[in-house]
Amino acid sequence: SRELFVLTYGALVAQLCKDYEKDEDVNTCLDRMGYGIGVRLIDDFLARSAVKKCRSYSETADMIAQVAFKMYLGVTPSVSCSSAAGNEFSLILDKNPLVDFVEELPAERASLCYCNLLCGVIRGALEMVHLAAEVTFLQDRLKGDAVTEIGITFLRKAEDRKHKRN
Amino acid sequence: MADEALFLLLHNEMVAGLYRAAEQGEGENGRCTTKLESMGFRVGQGLIERFTKDTARFKDELDIMKFICKDFWTTVFKKQIDNLRTNHQGIYVLQDNKFRLLTQMSAGKQYLEHAPKYLAFTCGLIRGGLSNLGIKSIVTAEVSSMPACKYAVV
Repeated sequence: SRELFVLTYGALVAQLCKDYEKDEDVNTCLDRMGYGIGVRLIDDFLARSAVKKCRSYSETADMIAQVAFKMYLGVTPSVSCSSAAGNEFSLILDKNPLVDFVEELPAERASLCYCNLLCGVIRGALEMVHLAAEVTFLQDRLKGDAVTEIGITFLRKAEDRKHKRN
Repeated sequence: MADEALFLLLHNEMVAGLYRAAEQGEGENGRCTTKLESMGFRVGQGLIERFTKDTARFKDELDIMKFICKDFWTTVFKKQIDNLRTNHQGIYVLQDNKFRLLTQMSAGKQYLEHAPKYLAFTCGLIRGGLSNLGIKSIVTAEVSSMPACKYAVV
């Protein structure tokens, strides 16, 4: 019944496009809804997966990509670290189930981030485990890029977490 | 399994988001329900198309309603409709005693006044499914005690 979710998401985006004229408003709305979902989804995720505490940002990013995405969307994006400081990662999705039924964005909606909900979800979930992060789309297949890439930038240093362990 | 949680959360966010926007803007409550219902309608149409691609033709209305109660409901909500009643003159009442979208909310009379918001999408879902199977209908829902609810199809 992933189809139900994908179809519902499509209907939601369509409705939001009708309600808001500007793409940025739709994007913001999707992000906000995603945030609301993320803060609750993390409970469900932790209950289902019973994973242990992640000890580093890269472990967290791997967890999101390999466990969470697989559990909820059935795809496993590949993770790559894109900064020397070790706090910027990108998840590369070559198959995005949310756009299964979407061929292309309509011409007047060129800057719509169709999957912005995902960014909000990741952001909300991370915040509930006390990790502040910025999540955005770096590349989007619907806009003509080769792959869909989500960038996660963790905003706090790893040293904070080490203190908590003592 | 996990998909259900995702859909549940998305649905609840949608309801909350639409009503929040309505409070800030000019829209009245009635319009939110209509929007939710029309979203459900679109989704219902799409879902029914995919489910019935390979199934045989339906014999009559009752057959279609039984399909909705058994296969459709099972695929969407992982359980069948508990009770289907009809007066054989075009009115059907579907009763679900443990409606998935309401079980998390309350188990009695609490929050009863908020229940209709969460049922609007499903009403649209049923209406959309039926419309693509060739039946024009009006679907309304009523809740007397959570999480049981009844859908009336006319």
